[in-house]
Amino acid sequence: MSAETVAALKARFPQVSDRPSLDHPAVNAPAGEVPEVLRALRDGFTFDFLADVTAIDWSQGRTPRFTMVYHLYSTTSHEYLRVAADCPSDTDPVVPSVTGLWPAANWHEREVFDMFGIRFSGHPDLRRILMWDGYPHFPLRKDFPLAGIEAPLPDPDVVAETGVSAKPAPMAGGPFVASAGEMNLTEAEPRAKDESWTERREKPGA
Amino acid sequence: MLRCEGLFFNEPTALMVTANTELTYNSKIEGDVVVSRADAVINWVRTNSMWPMPMGLACCAIELMAVASSRFDIARFGAEVMRFSPRQSDVMIVSGTVTYKMATALRRIYDQMAEPKWVIAMGACASTGGMYRSYAVLQGVDRIVPVDVYVSGCPPRPEALIDALVKLQDKVKRERSAQKLFSS
Repeated sequence: MSAETVAALKARFPQVSDRPSLDHPAVNAPAGEVPEVLRALRDGFTFDFLADVTAIDWSQGRTPRFTMVYHLYSTTSHEYLRVAADCPSDTDPVVPSVTGLWPAANWHEREVFDMFGIRFSGHPDLRRILMWDGYPHFPLRKDFPLAGIEAPLPDPDVVAETGVSAKPAPMAGGPFVASAGEMNLTEAEPRAKDESWTERREKPGA
Repeated sequence: MLRCEGLFFNEPTALMVTANTELTYNSKIEGDVVVSRADAVINWVRTNSMWPMPMGLACCAIELMAVASSRFDIARFGAEVMRFSPRQSDVMIVSGTVTYKMATALRRIYDQMAEPKWVIAMGACASTGGMYRSYAVLQGVDRIVPVDVYVSGCPPRPEALIDALVKLQDKVKRERSAQKLFSS
């Protein structure tokens, strides 16, 4: 079923190509044609459920740097399909919104905008959803450290009273990860595996 | 039949009752006046009905609900009246992870509470940021409001929160309340 879907989709959209995938079938599509491709999948191939909208940052220096990922589900054939689209610009990525196809895309795209800084043309309400309005960074970009970057808090009266700002979190040698497969619980305790990227030392190559 | 302080007793053991073992105030013995320290009276009033502001932000709030429920029953310590209006609350129980986005709202709620007010930082996240060494999480609620009692645990047992409340009551009992009240 999925193979036929992908073949039929590629016949209809010559720009769509196969994408390597370990689990569900996946295709690449040009970012500008994502709404048409998704509309065809929704209306013609029963992929009527938008399970997730997310993005990938391939790290600075890579072209294309950002890739949009859409996870579709068919409530008829109970299959997943993944559509990926490379964003055309590495510095100011803009892709068309799919809120017109699924209202559920609204908050997903806001989250992608909040975390990656990818803007969506045609989005009805493109505001940050997790971080506060006016936060200057995009936390899930690869050049953003886990501990964070100092940034002012949004309420001037609270800041005036407390003098608090969003500061980098003390990583204490982290990030901490548990080693998989260790049977000895003492050895398997979460501990610092990679000390090369903390608030004191920048990530190499950043 | 024996007569003792205007009461009639049938049992001879009633002879053991003397005026000094009265636990309650007896106006017949002491008159209509009680002498005490203002601090003692004010603190006695404050300690025994601390109305919490349930600042439930994460899983600690589930334990906070358990504390208020029948098994642990914080009503035994006079703190069962959870008020969702900060203007009616005495003690803010910060139970959960405080993100930077929430931190300013938390400070606003604290500012709206009437004096005297206290803060309990419940659990690892509220005390230190806990396991969330992250760009989004305030690393300890004491960075934005003054904290009176810290409770360890992730989340703490309900008994730990009750212990924190009792410790806070001990702290309030030692406060120089009258001095603060009349000097300001």
